[in-house]
Amino acid sequence: MIKSLADLEKAASEGARNIHPPYLKVMVGAATCGIASGANEVIAAAEESIKLIGNGAVVTRTGCIGMCYEEPLLDILKPGWPRLTYSHVKPEQVAGILEAVKDGKVIKEGLLGKIEEIEDITRNTRNTRYRFPLEKVPQEVAEAEHLFKLPFTDKQQHLAMRNCGIIDPESIEEYIARGGYFGLYEVLTEMEPDEVIDMVDKAGLRGRGGGGFGTGRKWRYCKQTEGYRYVICNADEGDPGAYMDRSLLESDPHSVIEGMLIGAYALESQQGYVYVRAEYPLAMQRLQKAIDDAYAHGLLGEVIFGTEFSFNLRIVKGGGAFVCGESTALMASIEGKPGEPRAKYVHTVEKGLWNQPTVLNNVETWANVPLIINKGADWFASIGTEGSKGTKIFSLVGNVERAGLVEVPMGITLKEIIYDIGGGIPGGKRFKAIQTGGPSGGCIPESLLDLEVDFDTLWEAGSMMGSGGMIVMDEETCMVDVAKFFIEFLKDESCGKCVSCREGLSQMHEILRRITEGEGQESDLDLLEELGKVMQDSSLCALGSSAPNPVLSTLRFFRDEYLAHIREKRCPAAVCTALIHYEINENCTGCTLCAKNCPVHAIAGKVKKLHVIDQDKCIKCGVCQDVCKFDAVTRNTRNTRNTHSSEKPS
Amino acid sequence: MGQPKGLVSENAYTILNEVEEKRVSLIAALQKIQARYRYLPETAMRQVAARLRVPVSQVYHVATFYSAFSLKPKGRHIVNVCLGTACHVKGAGLILDRFKRELKVDEGDTTEDGQFTLQAVRCIGCCSIAPAVMIDTETHGYVRQDKVADIIKRYRESKEK
Amino acid sequence: MSHVEWQGQAKFTIDGKEVVGYKGETILEVARREGINIPTLCYHEALEPYAVCRLCLVEVTVGKRTRLVTSCIYEVAPGIEVKTSTERVTRNRKAVLELLLARAPDAPVIRKLAAEYGIEKSRYPLIKNDNCILCGLCVRACREIVGADAIGFIDRGTERRVGPPIERQSERCIGCGTCVYICPTAAISLKDVSKSMPGVHKHPYDYEAPECSICGEMNLESESKAGER
Repeated sequence: MIKSLADLEKAASEGARNIHPPYLKVMVGAATCGIASGANEVIAAAEESIKLIGNGAVVTRTGCIGMCYEEPLLDILKPGWPRLTYSHVKPEQVAGILEAVKDGKVIKEGLLGKIEEIEDITRNTRNTRYRFPLEKVPQEVAEAEHLFKLPFTDKQQHLAMRNCGIIDPESIEEYIARGGYFGLYEVLTEMEPDEVIDMVDKAGLRGRGGGGFGTGRKWRYCKQTEGYRYVICNADEGDPGAYMDRSLLESDPHSVIEGMLIGAYALESQQGYVYVRAEYPLAMQRLQKAIDDAYAHGLLGEVIFGTEFSFNLRIVKGGGAFVCGESTALMASIEGKPGEPRAKYVHTVEKGLWNQPTVLNNVETWANVPLIINKGADWFASIGTEGSKGTKIFSLVGNVERAGLVEVPMGITLKEIIYDIGGGIPGGKRFKAIQTGGPSGGCIPESLLDLEVDFDTLWEAGSMMGSGGMIVMDEETCMVDVAKFFIEFLKDESCGKCVSCREGLSQMHEILRRITEGEGQESDLDLLEELGKVMQDSSLCALGSSAPNPVLSTLRFFRDEYLAHIREKRCPAAVCTALIHYEINENCTGCTLCAKNCPVHAIAGKVKKLHVIDQDKCIKCGVCQDVCKFDAVTRNTRNTRNTHSSEKPS
Repeated sequence: MGQPKGLVSENAYTILNEVEEKRVSLIAALQKIQARYRYLPETAMRQVAARLRVPVSQVYHVATFYSAFSLKPKGRHIVNVCLGTACHVKGAGLILDRFKRELKVDEGDTTEDGQFTLQAVRCIGCCSIAPAVMIDTETHGYVRQDKVADIIKRYRESKEK
Repeated sequence: MSHVEWQGQAKFTIDGKEVVGYKGETILEVARREGINIPTLCYHEALEPYAVCRLCLVEVTVGKRTRLVTSCIYEVAPGIEVKTSTERVTRNRKAVLELLLARAPDAPVIRKLAAEYGIEKSRYPLIKNDNCILCGLCVRACREIVGADAIGFIDRGTERRVGPPIERQSERCIGCGTCVYICPTAAISLKDVSKSMPGVHKHPYDYEAPECSICGEMNLESESKAGER
């Protein structure tokens, strides 16, 4: 049980010993994406090899440091050495790596980088930098790159992700060792609830879930309303292409719990909920473990730190509905009802869950709160731009060389994110657009890449921050198809309650279907724009009013592509199946691989003879192009049945 | 009487008693039933309604509103093809088509032998390894069309073990 | 959310006319009392407002800020300026009617309203010819007035529809016909299926008249028997 500062210090020193143990420790990044890349097999191999090393050596799991493109990651912490990180580790490599380490040697293959120093960012009370004591460091290690100085990491600043990939997410002691729960102690013992609100307000923290409403302001409004107040964490991360909330819950669940505790104290709330989407089983499991541990240590429950403050926290598992990201729908869902936004002009801070005043913030927002307490409002406000303070985690994915989670100060340019951090577009292809803000956001073209990213600039560019998904699209992405994709998504995910959203999405989808199948007319574009504006104006909730954004933004920046589909019956990116065809060119060696793989037997040809695709049979699945080793299959931007042009392959 | 096939009364009543005692929400009650039976049997929906004193019409609305619930029994393996944005731009639609052809079912349906249910899911948060497919609780990254048959085969074989 | 507290009467204007509303009243309620026409399809004074038909949109100016609001749920306050037929209001209403016309082209009420706003034919394709516009009046009346909860919404998004639970005869239907009466588009019809009962609704389903469900809770045995039919 942790009842005092001394107890907290004791837990911290225990945790510190686990983070930097006096024996060999092997850590494997085991968040969902790590596991999907083979982390569990690597862990099994490491556990096997470590038995031979003995001397108390251990294998532990850590969360995701954000370098998803390098997974699986294996870290070596050997006393006297910097921390070493290996990437793309295969189970069969592990024994070799560990044996070498045991003998004081280092295998260079797969060595990504080293960490000589890390910042215990939440501890302002004492030395905030941990330097690895370096002794007898082999030459290979001395020469290794610094992990935080790689192109991917150099411009990043891990604040919300401060513990991700550093601690074992299932260890409360390790969280405490990094300064966790010290902020809560300070708040409970030294601060008045309203002082906490002032501090969060002064820091300029804005909600990381979408709208970017001022967190401190929100809390203050809620505080002004009488009632039994609730605090909720929105972990219903529904935006396709965004996964930072999952990663935070899987890598550092206590930061969210501590943030909520601090918020609850400020709001004088006694009950909180974390609404986690059903698609995140591991996040739910780790969060539940963290909640159980916090209860067991007296950090949740009654008389926390011996004060009068009590707070209970419970996970609510979502039922699988994107619309539950909308605050009133989410609260309806917690109450056990269908997730439909309610029809009321009363904000949830006044009448939210069970009609009581409720503060809802998302995972990343809550995770930032302890930092503000520890480091101070001025420190936090010194990071970022005029209107948007602090950092933001983006999930940089799609057609980009280095895909992963990047946490950067607000105000960094899109170009820096895509090229400096992300390493640009793979395969020598051209950049076309970056999609931000999920289905409520928009597609930003190349001409705006110097945009300094924050809540307001993205809004002005016709997109939005949303929860921070950034999907890079190259020249082989069709923007009409992307618009159709989002509208189809929303058509399924709308609650269906109000006419503008439900019928509007049905009609938008139908118009886009026509265009992508070569049946569109130029007047359709005006109709889309008109309909989009009406939906923005007249929908009941934010899902409906932002639903047309993907269409409006692509019409604004990529109108040419729409026109090519309509006028020329041509898909310039060669994506829309009704408007394309595949051909085999003279590169064909007659290896027969395409014919063998064709699911509809549309490819004819003898061994070592040029193969031919029967256009009448072809279903345009593209598997022939995927399997061809000789670049002999081309995808063409027209359908042969529409016109017989000899369009150049894309 | 009153128990459809597959709804073993003891199990059902354990869940229902727990539901009633703990006053869990309607959604949580249905989640427990879905987890146990891989669908929501009609009798179970009616019993949940009675125990929680909620109209059946409301239970049915919740059961059809949320995609986690199914009114038909699901297969032994649930194939979730991710159609998130990152997966979409990397050709997830074609991967889904391939699964449809290989399993000979449409999206949302279950194979005749009850082995596989094919579903499209909107982002499982594994965007960095797109296109991704989640089968049961295992996530497969960088899925290619020509590997689909192999992936299915692995799960088919796991049945025979 | 930081509005000024007030009690009693609120003096404000609708289309320039000075009107008085009381705490908790909506713009629509005051407008109706004053004889100012605001079209609605999902509103009924006996039911909780639902705000889904999007026809009752009006423009409201509070201080310097003007926005489009849903008048059936927007509560009046002193000094607000309401305008019920600005260009923006009309444009949105027309668009909503055009969308409804593409769903329920045969419903007289939709055709009449559309004609009032100068729409002869919808530019949108007919997606499903369904007189039901999902206004929810039947569902809410069955719940709030009859207390039977015999019908409800099913599914979500563009698949949303109205029907009895488990999509067959609802045991709780007492055949009162309230839903038939309240439906603005005549999407529900009565059909006499038994001699003892006057009839029940047909919403696209043929219902059989229930034996009797006025006498209270159904026991599970009979419910599951019904399920096996």
